[in-house]
Amino acid sequence: MRNTFSETLYAEATANPDVYIVVADISPAGSMAKFSSEYPERFINVGVAEQSMIGIAAGLALKGCQPFAYTIATFSLYRPFEMIRDDLCYQNLPVTVVGMGAGVIYSTLGGTHHTQEDIAIASALPNMQVLAPCDPLECVEATRWCARQKNGPVYLRIGKAGEPVLTAQAEPWQFGKLRYLRRGSEICILTYGVITAMAVEIANKLTAQDRSVSLVSAHTLKPLDREGITAALQQHRHVVVIEEHAPQGGLASQVKQIAWDVRATCRLDTFTLRDAFIHNYGSTSDLLAAHGLSPERILATIG
Amino acid sequence: MTQASFDAKAARTRCQRYRRRILDISQRVSALHIGGAFSCTEIVDVIYNELMRKPGLSSPDTFLMSKGHGCMIQYVVLEELGVLSRADLDAYCTPHGRLGVHPDYGNPGIEASTGSLGHGLSMVVGMALAERGKRRDGMIYTVLSDGETQEGSTWEAVLMASSLKLTNVVAFIDNNDFQSLGRTSETHPSLYPLGAKFEAFGWETAEIDGHDPAAIYRAVSSRKGDRPLMVVARTTKGKGVSYMENAPIWHYRSPSQDEYAQALRELETQA
Repeated sequence: MRNTFSETLYAEATANPDVYIVVADISPAGSMAKFSSEYPERFINVGVAEQSMIGIAAGLALKGCQPFAYTIATFSLYRPFEMIRDDLCYQNLPVTVVGMGAGVIYSTLGGTHHTQEDIAIASALPNMQVLAPCDPLECVEATRWCARQKNGPVYLRIGKAGEPVLTAQAEPWQFGKLRYLRRGSEICILTYGVITAMAVEIANKLTAQDRSVSLVSAHTLKPLDREGITAALQQHRHVVVIEEHAPQGGLASQVKQIAWDVRATCRLDTFTLRDAFIHNYGSTSDLLAAHGLSPERILATIG
Repeated sequence: MTQASFDAKAARTRCQRYRRRILDISQRVSALHIGGAFSCTEIVDVIYNELMRKPGLSSPDTFLMSKGHGCMIQYVVLEELGVLSRADLDAYCTPHGRLGVHPDYGNPGIEASTGSLGHGLSMVVGMALAERGKRRDGMIYTVLSDGETQEGSTWEAVLMASSLKLTNVVAFIDNNDFQSLGRTSETHPSLYPLGAKFEAFGWETAEIDGHDPAAIYRAVSSRKGDRPLMVVARTTKGKGVSYMENAPIWHYRSPSQDEYAQALRELETQA
């Protein structure tokens, strides 16, 4: 996904001389090398200095530029949090903060590199918009949208590498709207980000059992598509939320809140990371399983 | 303007007028950051009235008040320039006004929201990069507090400005030697010598009397210009009013009626 991001950003920068990227000693490979060699003035590496990464991006935006700030998600959002709040959100500047490798993708690097609370934290900020594409194709759409929008700041949560294409046949991507990857009538799985691949596996198994399944990419976490979620709650007997995020303040807790607000009568199950720092190592799947997120466990609960 | 034509007397007259206006506003509110505004009065005056081209909304140059709590002086200068109105300043910190204790982006003449220390210089670096990228010759001026140099984020920006060779950045440190809990030189003696630290980080530096308008102007106009410039300006917190000078209590306070009258008398004698 990071290569897709860099390819898309390179194309946007070629079309628009106001597109900048400020990175903190981490650079997406591939096309980003082309970006930095062809547009060296618009590729700024601040080094291991995330606070100035955000402040510099804010200064660029104050002068009419369209900057992206890019590093590993924990360092792009948590370390410079007050700069994001004051410089970007308070001033409402069109800066995209890219959180790369969010969730537990950095599965052997330990808790310092796990991003479990980013959606809640970013969503709590006034003016902030939050996007989390589920595959490389959605990453293209989201990056393109970020490069062209003037609403205000965006937190763009992306994966790292090797994510499968899941949305080739899906309906068009639209900012702020749920996107159905498939439509059914009994069970609706709401998810976003890299873990959508697991949700596809679960949906396939349910479909093989003759269950009618909707699968939805909730790629825009803020503003959340309340109308779309309300419709999903009303049109399915069973709604399932799967997210690679803490139980507080992410999609699951918001869907529960909407369900209460609209007096939904469907069954609602949520599957999230645990509210815990774990000290496990292995593959991303291993860590997700340690958090309780595995196809087997989720399918067993869905029944 | 050449050094020879710099009118220091006119600058002093303006600064006296600015201080009097700030004192007037102080009588409308229970507290304001008067000490830190008086310590950088001459610096902000020279930036706007002598260094920036066409000061006001159409200036190609930018001023960002990194020490946001000092913005009373910025407000009164912008009032004289016609960017802010008298009604704006009279409504300072009131429900029907738009000016608060810290500068807010979106208000006329305010280029960035500050107030939390350690944010300004990074935004200055970004602005300077944008000017360079857009092939414009805009200069970016800023004023930092000395306490602000304790923020790690300030040093991140210091490192970047010189590494990027941003020759269009001119920064001042309002080195009044005071922060909330005491003299900066006593709480953080290792901060000094301050100028040498910026020099070591690749900046051109100058150290001057921050209440001498001609020296402020000279420090900028005589720079080599091949690197960003940091002017360490020795200043006095509460400058111009005897009982406020170097008295930490005047960091954030309004004078009583008697104190106000005394302050006006003292300013008159300095004319």
